[in-house]
Amino acid sequence: MILMNENIVEELSKSAKAVPGHPVGGQTAAVIVAHELTKTYRMGTMEVHALCGVSFEIQPGEVVSIMGPSGSGKSTLMNILGCLDVPTSGTYILDGEEVSLLRDDKLAVIRNRKVGFVFQSFNLLPRASAIANVELPLRYSGGGNHRKQRAKEALQLVGLGDRMNHRPNEMSGGQQQRVAIARALVNNPAILMADEPTGNLDSHSGKDIMQLLLSLNRDRGTTVIIITHDATIAAQTQRVIRLRDGELEVSA
Amino acid sequence: MNIGEHFIEALSSITSNKLRSGLTILGIVIGVAAVISMLAIGNGAQNSITNSINSIGTNLIYVSSGNQTGKVTNPKAITIGDANALAQLPEVAAVASTVQANGDVTYNGQNTRTQVQGVTTSFATMRSMTTASGDMFTDANVSDRSSVAVLGSQVATTLFGDPTTGVGATIRISGQPFRVVGVLASKGGSGFGSQDNMVLVPITTAQSRLSFRKRQPDAVDQILVEATASDTVNQAGDDITATLNQRHHVANGISDFTILKQADILSTASSIIGVMTLFLGGIGGISLLVGGIGIMNIMLVSVTERTREIGLRKALGARKSDIRLQFLFESAVLSLVGGIIGVILAWGISTVIGNIAAANNTPITPIIDMNSILLATLFSAAVGLFFGFYPSNRAANLEPVEALRSE
Repeated sequence: MILMNENIVEELSKSAKAVPGHPVGGQTAAVIVAHELTKTYRMGTMEVHALCGVSFEIQPGEVVSIMGPSGSGKSTLMNILGCLDVPTSGTYILDGEEVSLLRDDKLAVIRNRKVGFVFQSFNLLPRASAIANVELPLRYSGGGNHRKQRAKEALQLVGLGDRMNHRPNEMSGGQQQRVAIARALVNNPAILMADEPTGNLDSHSGKDIMQLLLSLNRDRGTTVIIITHDATIAAQTQRVIRLRDGELEVSA
Repeated sequence: MNIGEHFIEALSSITSNKLRSGLTILGIVIGVAAVISMLAIGNGAQNSITNSINSIGTNLIYVSSGNQTGKVTNPKAITIGDANALAQLPEVAAVASTVQANGDVTYNGQNTRTQVQGVTTSFATMRSMTTASGDMFTDANVSDRSSVAVLGSQVATTLFGDPTTGVGATIRISGQPFRVVGVLASKGGSGFGSQDNMVLVPITTAQSRLSFRKRQPDAVDQILVEATASDTVNQAGDDITATLNQRHHVANGISDFTILKQADILSTASSIIGVMTLFLGGIGGISLLVGGIGIMNIMLVSVTERTREIGLRKALGARKSDIRLQFLFESAVLSLVGGIIGVILAWGISTVIGNIAAANNTPITPIIDMNSILLATLFSAAVGLFFGFYPSNRAANLEPVEALRSE
């Protein structure tokens, strides 16, 4: 299936080069610069330090996995990197933009333009067709006359060109996750955040999805961040960021 | 997203749970239909009563003995002499004296109890009464104390089975024989001053042959005065008061009689019906309010159920306003659909009630005017927005992280 789509991937990666915000060869300014990120939750009178000063950089075109046992601050870090939440202190620069101080609606715009999310449980709208699901982020970016066309291209990119009008309940788990990946890609984001993308899939479709993510990185230069606790998944990535008790353990 | 997309999305989410949406809409339907049909029936009743009072004549002034507003003991009776004096006033076009009592009217075994009015001949013209068959009795009948009667159409129907027959027959009123000389044309109307359910006899005959005994032989119950025009009614009223005060030797300024203008009756009746309409409309409004609370309830459930979806939409870049609009549109569409169906239902209810009223001989034509439709639709839309505001705000303010984590 992926082989079948190599040509389309080639074609799209060419057209994607013109899109601003997407790193194009040459200068390699880091797409993610995290500096001394901390996050503190207050639970009653207790303070919980979910992150205590985490710093790292991720270059455009990298595939990085973030690993760590539960309670290590993995989810907190993902929320901050995905602009779903802001750090208590520290700076976070995403694609050249300082986002650690932004508030709700500004963060929403950043998420829409620069971050593509892939969730463990797919999170597709059950009533909407595949193409309507993929179109959803475009609806929130305002305007855009070519929404259908762009959604269609994204679906072809993940090999679902023939399933565009199927609803999620008419598709297998692997196919649903492909729709989710197409949705994440449709706005040409700077980073693709995948939170346990294979967690709800059987090993065969899990392998397929990993292949798809890696080929997207290889062929289009998409920066991919995978949050996982599965060592075999982490082994397929170029670099592993390990977290333990809110601090960086090893950063290769 | 543009308005069209919001609308389509709202529709698809409403249709995804048809039973629940239907029940929610039903609340609004009942509220809107209640408001509109109540207002329509109230308006119709007002029109019907105004018409029936107007049909009696608008320039009329009623003068009767006694004064309920002031403390008057032993009021002097109103007499034929008073009536003759009033007839001399410049603003007065005509005067009629009446005595009245309830009496049993029988003919050939048929029997009805009705109001028997002893009147002078001018009474019929002043009250714009016309005969459907036969004629009104004459002044000669009045001076001769003739035993003649003119029947209201309903009385004729009861006695003779037809609203126009009976002329020439001899009926008995309180046992006394009377010859029917005319039957009045039906004027419709009911309740207050129904003209179809009465019998007219010469006032002199009533005073002498029927037991309408008064303390004074020339006393009457009421004097009917017709002013020359509607804008001289007030002047005529003042003159009547002055004349009668003088004739009754009223010293302390508190008249021992009451004058009632037709216009006063009209405005009193209108304001009573107005209050009634407002009351009925208010009841309708309350059910609309309850319908609105139903919308709020269902929207809150919907927000809770779709927390994860809201989180997802936020993760994909939806701003607060996007989420707020999405839910506001849903509640607005719910109440708008309810409003439209409610207007149609109200039209149906009004037609049915109009038909029932017509079948029962009380012609009320419910009037659905543009105002009440506009009022109810705007009100229902406002209800939708108002009661949708809190749930949609709640949705908009969800934290994306929390919302995504929910199950």
